[in-house]
Amino acid sequence: MSAALLETRGLCKSFGALEVARRIDFRLQAGARHALIGPNGAGKTTFVNLLTGVLAPSAGRVLLDGEDVTRLAQARRVKRGIARTFQINQLFRGLTVLENVCIAVAERMRAGGGMLRPAGQRAEVVAEAARLIALLQLDADAGRRVGELPYGRQRLVEIAIALGLQPRVLLLDEPAAGIPSAESHILLEAIGALPADIAVLIIEHDMDLVFRFAERITVMVGGAIFAEGRPAEIAANREVRAVYLGGALDG
Amino acid sequence: MSSAAMHELAMRHRLQWWEALPWAAGLAAFFLFPNYLAFGTQVLVTILFALSLDLVLGYAGIVTLGHAAFFGAGAYAVGMLAAHAGWNEPLSGLVAAALVAGLLGLVSGWILLRTHGLTLLMLTLCTMALLEQAANMFSGWTGGFDGMPGLSFTPILGLFEFDVLYFRTQYLYALAALLLGFAVVRVLVYSPFGRSLTGIRENLLRMHAVGAPVRARQVLVYAISAALAGVAGAVFVQATGYVNLAVLGLERAAGVLIILILGGYGRLYGAFVGALVYMLLEHTLSKAYPTAWQLGLGLTLMLVALFARNGIFGLGDALRRRWSAR
Repeated sequence: MSAALLETRGLCKSFGALEVARRIDFRLQAGARHALIGPNGAGKTTFVNLLTGVLAPSAGRVLLDGEDVTRLAQARRVKRGIARTFQINQLFRGLTVLENVCIAVAERMRAGGGMLRPAGQRAEVVAEAARLIALLQLDADAGRRVGELPYGRQRLVEIAIALGLQPRVLLLDEPAAGIPSAESHILLEAIGALPADIAVLIIEHDMDLVFRFAERITVMVGGAIFAEGRPAEIAANREVRAVYLGGALDG
Repeated sequence: MSSAAMHELAMRHRLQWWEALPWAAGLAAFFLFPNYLAFGTQVLVTILFALSLDLVLGYAGIVTLGHAAFFGAGAYAVGMLAAHAGWNEPLSGLVAAALVAGLLGLVSGWILLRTHGLTLLMLTLCTMALLEQAANMFSGWTGGFDGMPGLSFTPILGLFEFDVLYFRTQYLYALAALLLGFAVVRVLVYSPFGRSLTGIRENLLRMHAVGAPVRARQVLVYAISAALAGVAGAVFVQATGYVNLAVLGLERAAGVLIILILGGYGRLYGAFVGALVYMLLEHTLSKAYPTAWQLGLGLTLMLVALFARNGIFGLGDALRRRWSAR
């Protein structure tokens, strides 16, 4: 097996007696299009929080490109190339769509601490933000406050912010939740337009999207990895069907 | 297209014509009300102080009840330098005050800004109380409870003398200090640094997730704000020629918070309107009703809290929206 871009070894997390991550050994290759599925409460979001540093693990390690990042703060991991979107939108609601994306791009370009030149005059930052806004077909809303947008449009801003960080590893926590089905193609196209060498891990309940997108699927149940394989293998796995997929694949 | 939004963003920091009004009014007041220049100087100092608070509270969302600690640090710095070290030159005094208050902000911010919400509120209050008590105890240096009256300062640039009876020099000096402080704050809030502060206020979780060094930015803005508050305190002492414990008491800290809420926070000019209205109310009410003037002030503040949540400026916004909706 080739070296993984992102890897966890024996990752555990418990809150008191409640184990939410049990010895997770997980590998994400460069360029992977990987889906993480499982029933509600399986610990998928917790796993993302452990990967990004929002939570500190009780035991185990997180490796990025072979380097141990387990002790690194969230912002440091972002700088090394791990970006995420949130299951529930985490945006700057009082700022415009353009400003939201600009803040992310400015941080990536290490221009976020600049004190003299006005933010709006940083042409390279604003141009990059505008390009991402166009990619997610948010042009018409660029000047509107995020809080005024419908939830589905806000979801796309989440994606634009994550892309603005130019990650090597992109973790998408239920990106399609709340996006009207008529607009979900925008999301797929945006992910499809990503550079091939970015590793993408997507948590999603929409099986249609999962099987269209993923080349590899990991199933989590009760805080542990239950099964992993190519989509066809997962779809054919009787135990997976029993615990989670149920009728979702029969139709 | 997003080009309209890009244009709007690129133009946002441009000076508007009406931004000349406060300065024109400030100069006009100098000629129109020669008998009120001492009061005017107090207003200008208070505006600068409120502006420094707006930077941390309004923009960065750091809730503090102890900002007078930095006003007081600047005030005592120039006071003690003048009284004990013979350092009476005003401009270098301002620099010294900014350094002392800024350093205090840096150190206390580094320690306190691990916390937030009510804990932070209490800790900022405690820091101020510690300083106040220190100023009370080390009376050999600070004058203790009586403070240090009768401080004198050399003429500004060797040309403009501080006259204890006529506040002409003091007023223009305070106006110049305010203009300088305002310029610093205005440049900061439109910069990427300022936008990132707004980001921290709006969504801390997201700010971490875009890789921003959140706490470093908070500590830095806290120190800058402290330095500005220190300059305000220093101007106050140089203008009046005395310093006492009132410069770092809770009354001053709460007063400036009320002023900012009254005017509207997070919008630069809220400090101007809030300070002017608050101090005019205080001034006129205390003359008209020497015993019960605080009642009138309290009622006014209650009305603002009930009907103008975002201060006087917020009220203006609401009226304008209603007008344009017609």
